[in-house]
Amino acid sequence: MTVKEFNLPDLGEGLTEGEILKWLVNVGDTIELNQPIVEVETAKAAVEIPAKWAGQVAKIFHPEGTMVEVGATIIAIDTDPGNAAPAPSAASLAAVDIAGDAPVEPGMIGGPAPGGRTAVLVGYGPKTGAAKRRPRTTATTTAALIQSEPPATHVPAPVVEEDPAPPTRTPQGSVLAKPPVRKLARDLGVDLVGIAGTGPNGSITRDDVLTVSSEPAGTAGSVAPAAAAPARVGREERIPVKGVRKLTAENMVASAFTAPHVTEFLTVDVTRSMKALERLKTKRDWRDVRVSPLLMVAKAALVALKRHPMVNSSWQGSPTGAEIVVKHFVNLGIAAATERGLIVPNVKDADALSTRELADALNALVATAREGRTSPAAMSGGTFTITSVGVFGIDTGTPILPPGESAILVFGAVRDTPWVHKGKIKIRQVTTLGLSFDHRIIDGELGSKFLRDVGAFLEDPEGSLLAWS
Amino acid sequence: MAKGDAKARTHTTRAAPEPAFVQLLTPEGDRVEHPDYTVDFTDEEYRSLYHDLVVVRKLDAEATALQRQGELGIWASLLGQEAAQVGSGRALRTQDMAFPTYREHGVLYCRGIDPIMPLRLFRGVDQGAWDPNEFKFGMYTIVIGAQTLHATGYAMGVGKDGKVGSDDGEAVIAYFGDGATSQGDVNEAFIWASVFNAPMVFFCQNNQYAISEPLERQTRVPLYHRASGFGFPGLRVDGNDVLACYAVTRKALDDARHGQGPSLIEAYTYRMGAHTTSDDPTRYRIASEVEAWQAKDPIKRLRAFLDKQAIAGDDFFAAVDEEARVAAVDLRERVLTMPDPDPRSLFDHVYPHGSPELDQQREQFSTYMASFEGSGH
Repeated sequence: MTVKEFNLPDLGEGLTEGEILKWLVNVGDTIELNQPIVEVETAKAAVEIPAKWAGQVAKIFHPEGTMVEVGATIIAIDTDPGNAAPAPSAASLAAVDIAGDAPVEPGMIGGPAPGGRTAVLVGYGPKTGAAKRRPRTTATTTAALIQSEPPATHVPAPVVEEDPAPPTRTPQGSVLAKPPVRKLARDLGVDLVGIAGTGPNGSITRDDVLTVSSEPAGTAGSVAPAAAAPARVGREERIPVKGVRKLTAENMVASAFTAPHVTEFLTVDVTRSMKALERLKTKRDWRDVRVSPLLMVAKAALVALKRHPMVNSSWQGSPTGAEIVVKHFVNLGIAAATERGLIVPNVKDADALSTRELADALNALVATAREGRTSPAAMSGGTFTITSVGVFGIDTGTPILPPGESAILVFGAVRDTPWVHKGKIKIRQVTTLGLSFDHRIIDGELGSKFLRDVGAFLEDPEGSLLAWS
Repeated sequence: MAKGDAKARTHTTRAAPEPAFVQLLTPEGDRVEHPDYTVDFTDEEYRSLYHDLVVVRKLDAEATALQRQGELGIWASLLGQEAAQVGSGRALRTQDMAFPTYREHGVLYCRGIDPIMPLRLFRGVDQGAWDPNEFKFGMYTIVIGAQTLHATGYAMGVGKDGKVGSDDGEAVIAYFGDGATSQGDVNEAFIWASVFNAPMVFFCQNNQYAISEPLERQTRVPLYHRASGFGFPGLRVDGNDVLACYAVTRKALDDARHGQGPSLIEAYTYRMGAHTTSDDPTRYRIASEVEAWQAKDPIKRLRAFLDKQAIAGDDFFAAVDEEARVAAVDLRERVLTMPDPDPRSLFDHVYPHGSPELDQQREQFSTYMASFEGSGH
């Protein structure tokens, strides 16, 4: 029996590792030359590796799912199985339990790679154990050789094993780590920010990630003071800012410190609007449609925007000076609180929709947002936004403009309130509207007129429609 | 869902519908007539075409396997393009000169070059060590489209040498892919060849993808239409039909050698494998597209033709397969026993007669290499 070991080659110009996706053969299988034996996924591609020799599979070194360094032995093939000297006992061939996750000692094949890995720029072929630098011959010989060279010659610098760069802290936000390491960190739930990298230029290595992930949460590790998941340290909790939270924060800061905000309020009697909604529900073709005060407010805003198009505009800086871009369409944004956080999808060309179409669009938009399936396209290109704090039982607020929009309307809870109606105090349904606008574009007069029109519509929707259209 | 399906939605608009092209052999293996093109092969020649297609494919598969086993740095597979390469390669006359890309293993084979040569290049043993003048086959060119300019310059030289205008005249063929048509080099080559009436054939293997970019990202008109804008004829041929590829290339080369100027052939084909061993085609194309092209396989259709016409039988097919297998084993053994190159060979081919500075560098490098323990050099 002649057992040959096959090392993982560089499958794609300069790769250093690959993940064992799937073994296509088992120990004991008889295989042919070039028969696919294993699927390996590298940073570039998932490929099948064909057997380099015909024979019998003697040993499989790594279970599926492990990352293997280029040059590491992955399979042993007995190329002369008929000539079995001593029949291979099960024990001597004890392969790694493919299904199992038995940990392998550091330094052993399959275990964490020892530190100080040689950086590979571009190269291929199996990295054998002998790939270390050959030692130089004795100093005297070298000196003699150099001596014999012409004096002007550049003397080759003595070759020294590079010391690993001293661990340096990387600044937050720009973490140095190779893509496979980032993937490993993501898979293990390790946040790279805060890990002190021990690789070149302070980059984070696999070892660093593995060290952090193996530490019990809460212990202050020497390598990584801050670990991944919200780690409770004493009386504070640190939550990494990412995803929707991060985006929201960036947008709000950008908007708040770019556009000078002004907010106005108007309290209005919306009893007639609420009655109009009730009447709408009794109509045949509205029978199955969910209607809410949001629909009335959206309609009011769209009607008012038509009367004051300047409110539906955007401030755009350019090298030759700023411009005001007035939109002749309304992509109506609706701020929605979801499990992922605040998102603002918009109804495209809402001004061109009938009231029924608008109701359907709003319902669809809210449903999609609740399910967390809102697409990035649905969240971009908004021109005017409505936010409803009434659903939280709040009366009003001073909303911050979505970046690129010049006005945002907030409406609060609709409450039964004592109200002067036709000269008498009556219990009426009353709400408070608020409008934040960009004072670079919209002055108090325009903002007031717009808000007043929205209010007038909600106080008397039928009358306003008749009067304004 | 297959891996590529998600991407499929962006591929709804192709630059052109399934094209009209010169075809002499249908995918089912039926011979069809064309008003302008035909072939007149003996049975022996038909069998030999089949032999070449099968051997070229087998050697290519072996090279891909060798790369996967760590024996080659990279390999650009020709799988699916055998007919375009063997058909056009066999159409070359002895005196004709070819300028390849790095995928023209089939043309290289037809030129009589030892098929081990490109494997030496992709193993990093040498830079491609065949003699371009001896075999009339230029060096593999890695830079996309650059060889079309080399070819045009060469062809202009042929014209200035007065070697056109007769049956013995020389013609030049430049190979390139659909992606290269977006390169400035190729368009410049078109202009120069056209204006100087160079004895050129531009042979474009349109395999539908420039690495991962589909054809519609390269062109809004069929590629062969481009030729008319430069002032020479262009035509499209079924690139998986070895007979048609032979016929149109032979005609275009003969026109060129008789002083009729350049022409463009677009061989409409499909790269069945990856661009090179470094990429994963399932990430950018859909499985159904690949299946559709499998039905148009160049070898399958010629085999069906030979079978239907009783030109060859199962014994012949089995013998060819065995011959290909032996050739592949031979190729493998020779790759595995290739000696590593002497690092000092780096200095060997910079100048034809050396240079004092380079000689000194070579000397210093030798000293440096010798300073290591166990140095064999």
